[in-house]
Amino acid sequence: MKKHLVLTFIFFAACVMASAAQQAPAQQNASAQQQQNAPQGNAANGRKLFVSFGCYQCHGYEAQGGSAGARLAPRPIPYAQLLKYVRHPTGEMPPFTEKVVKDSELTDIYAFLRAQPPAPDVDKIPLLKQ
Amino acid sequence: MAKNGSVDRRNFLKSAAVTGAAIVGSAAASEAQNAPPAPAAAAPGTAPIAPRETDPSLEADIVTTDRPGGDFMVDVLKSLNLEYVAANPGSSFRGIHESIINYGGNSAPEFITCCHEESSVAIAHAYSKVEGKPMAVLVHGTVGLQHASMAMYNAYCDRVPIIVMAGNTLDATMRRPGVEWNHSVQDAAAMVRDFTKWDDLPWSLPHFAESAVRAYKISMTPPMMPVMLVLDGGLQEDPISDEVKGRLRIPKLTLTTPPQGDAGAVAEAARLLVNAQNPVIIADRLARTPAGMAHLIELAEVLQAPVIDQGGRMNFPSHHALNLSNGGRALLGNADVILGLELADFWGTVDSFRDSLIRSSRPITKPGTKLISITAGDLYMKSNYQDFQRYPEVDIAMAADAEATLPALIEAVKRAMTGDKKTAFEARGKRYSEQHGNALDRTRSDAAVAWDASPVSTARLTAELYNVIRNEDWALVSASGNTSNWEKRLWKFDKHYQWLGGSGGAGVGYGAPAAVGGALANKKHGRISVAIQGDGDFMYAPGVWWTAAHHKLPLLAVMHNNRAYHQEVMHVQRMGNRHNRGITRAHIGTTLEDPFINYAQIVKGMGVYSEGPISNPNDLGPALARALAVVKKGEPALVDVVTQPR
Repeated sequence: MKKHLVLTFIFFAACVMASAAQQAPAQQNASAQQQQNAPQGNAANGRKLFVSFGCYQCHGYEAQGGSAGARLAPRPIPYAQLLKYVRHPTGEMPPFTEKVVKDSELTDIYAFLRAQPPAPDVDKIPLLKQ
Repeated sequence: MAKNGSVDRRNFLKSAAVTGAAIVGSAAASEAQNAPPAPAAAAPGTAPIAPRETDPSLEADIVTTDRPGGDFMVDVLKSLNLEYVAANPGSSFRGIHESIINYGGNSAPEFITCCHEESSVAIAHAYSKVEGKPMAVLVHGTVGLQHASMAMYNAYCDRVPIIVMAGNTLDATMRRPGVEWNHSVQDAAAMVRDFTKWDDLPWSLPHFAESAVRAYKISMTPPMMPVMLVLDGGLQEDPISDEVKGRLRIPKLTLTTPPQGDAGAVAEAARLLVNAQNPVIIADRLARTPAGMAHLIELAEVLQAPVIDQGGRMNFPSHHALNLSNGGRALLGNADVILGLELADFWGTVDSFRDSLIRSSRPITKPGTKLISITAGDLYMKSNYQDFQRYPEVDIAMAADAEATLPALIEAVKRAMTGDKKTAFEARGKRYSEQHGNALDRTRSDAAVAWDASPVSTARLTAELYNVIRNEDWALVSASGNTSNWEKRLWKFDKHYQWLGGSGGAGVGYGAPAAVGGALANKKHGRISVAIQGDGDFMYAPGVWWTAAHHKLPLLAVMHNNRAYHQEVMHVQRMGNRHNRGITRAHIGTTLEDPFINYAQIVKGMGVYSEGPISNPNDLGPALARALAVVKKGEPALVDVVTQPR
C-alpha cells in the first residue's frame, strides 16, 4: 500500500510539476494575467495556514514540492485552477472541502504561494553543477 | 562416554534409562512400587534421601569436556566461509558462542555484538547484498527470534540470503528451571516458517553439517531468501562422542546454477523487443552480482531502449544517457513492449491506483502493449504473507533468474537485429539521450527551489552530502527513501556496490542496521559507506550505533530529521480530509516532537562522533566535511539535520 502510494504520488507530482513548470511562454503570460486577477490575500497568514492545514507535509514548507506533492511555487498555477483542484482533486491529493478550508483561507494560501521568491540561478550553485 | 572426567549428557541419559528399565523389571523395583511413597523431605536427624537415578546431580564430578559439539559446528561455519555472525547474546546458544570466540578464534566467523536481534538480521541483510553471499545470525530461540522476525520478513521480501541459527533446549528434563523453560519451544522455526525458504532442526552433528551446507545452498538459489537452523543446546554443549566422531564430515558445497529462461521464450522476447517501436526496460531486484549491471547496460545499448531503474538493486548507472527512471509514466504510456526484470510488482508498475474513498485503478499502458516478465519470483511463492502483489497479466512469463537470462537475451536480440533496425535504434537512442539531458537539467533547476530554506530541503541535504563524498570510493548503503529521490537524480551512481536497494518488506527500522551492515561489508574494500537516516527508523533500535562504534565501522550518516513518521502523518491527513474533519490533529500519534529528539547526543553517548541538529543549510557542508574526516579514520559519524518533510 505504501509503495503504491509513493509511486502514485511520484507520478502525480511529475505530471503536475511538469504542467506547472513547463508552460509555453504564451501560457505563462496567460497564467501571469490570471494570477494578477486572483483575489488578494494575506501572504503572512497564508504561510501559517500552509503549515497548520498540513499543505507542507507533501509540498514542503516553501511549497517547493517533492515526491509526495507537486511544486506549487514559485509561479503557482492560476487561483481558479488551484481552488478547483483543492476541492476536487483528481490525483492522490486528499480533498479539502470548504468545511475544512474556507475560500478566504485558500486566498491567503494563494497569496503566500505568489509571494514565494524565485529560485536562485542554478548556474550560481556550484553543488548543482557537479 | 566420558573423557578426562567429562560426560556426554545424552549417553548419560541413555544409560540412566537402561538402568531404570532394569530396576523396573526387578523384584526390588516391584517391592519399591508397592511400598508407601517416600517422604518429600528427610525428617530431621535422618540421612538425606538418595537422589533419583535420573537426577543430573549424579554427574557433578564430571565437569569439563575438551571437544563440545559447538566446535564442530564452528568447523562447518568456517567451511562455508561465513565471515561474520551477528548476535545479541543468548543462553540458548552459549555453547556455539563460546566455540566461535575460543575454538574458532573469533575469526570467520567473527562475532558482531548487537543490541537487538532485529539489528542482527538487518545487518546481515545489507551485508549479504554487498557481498553476494549469506551472513550468519544467531538468535535466542524464542524471544530473540521474536525480535528478529520483522527483519527476517524484510529479507524474505527482498530476496536476500541469510543464515539464521536459533538456540533451543529440546530435552525438557535437561532444562534449567525457570527462564530456560520460557525460552524453549517445540518448533522454534514455526514462527518464521511463512517467510523463510527452508528450516531444519538437526538431531546430530553430522545432521547439522549436512543441513548447514544445504541451508547455504538453498538460500543462495534464486529466489534467494533467509533460511533457518535450530541448534539444540545439548548438541552445542555436550562432548562429541567417540561414536559420532567417526561419522563427522562436512559435505561439499556446490551451488546451484541460477535458472535461465527457456530458449524459446528468450527468442520470442528478443523478437518482440527488436520489432518494437518504443520498448522500455524496467529493472528492480535484477543485479545480484556486478555482472547484472553490465548485462543491462549492454541490452539497453543494443536496443537503444530507455531503462527505468526501480532501485531494488544497483541496476543501471544513474547518469547513463538511456536512464529515464524519472520519466516513468510517460514512457510506459507510450511503450509497445515492456521488459520487466525481477519486478517486485509488475502490476503496480503498469497500472495506477488511486487511494480515494472509492479505490480505483487503471492501466498506464496503452491497449496491446506486450509485457515480458523474467523473474525468479515465479519459482517460489508462499501463501500467507501477501508480498507477491497483484497478479500481472503478462504476455511472456519466464520463471527464471533475470541476471542469468540476460546474456542469452542479448545474443538473441543481436541475432534478430538487421541493418535498418540498427539505424532506427540509433535515432531512438539520440532522442532518449536528449530526454535524459533535459531531465537532468530540470532536476537541477528543481533542486534550486528552496535551496536556502530552513528546515533544510532534501535536495540541499543530498547535494551537500554528495559534495563531500564524490571524490571518495563511496557507497550509499541505506537511505530513508523519503528524500524525493534526490540522491538518485543528482548523484552519479556507476558502480555496482554504490546502492543496495531498500528493506524489501517496508518494515521500518531497517535503515540504521542496514547502514551498519553495509559498512561492515564495505570496510575491507576500503569504501566509505554513506547513509541517509530517517528519524523514525533510527528510533526502533538505535543501539546499532554502538555496534558501529564498537566494531569501528567507517560510516557517514546524515539524519533526514523531519521529526515525524511522515508517511503516517500523510495517511492520517488523508483520513481526516476524507472524513471531512480536517487535518489539524494529524500530528497526534505521528510526529516526534515535544520534546524534539537530539540524535547527535544519543549517538555521542555510544561513542560516535556527531554534529547537530543543524537547521541552517549553510552549516551543513562544513559539518559534513568534519564528519567525513572522522569516518576516513575508520569510525562512524552522524550529522543530524532538521529537514523538510520530503
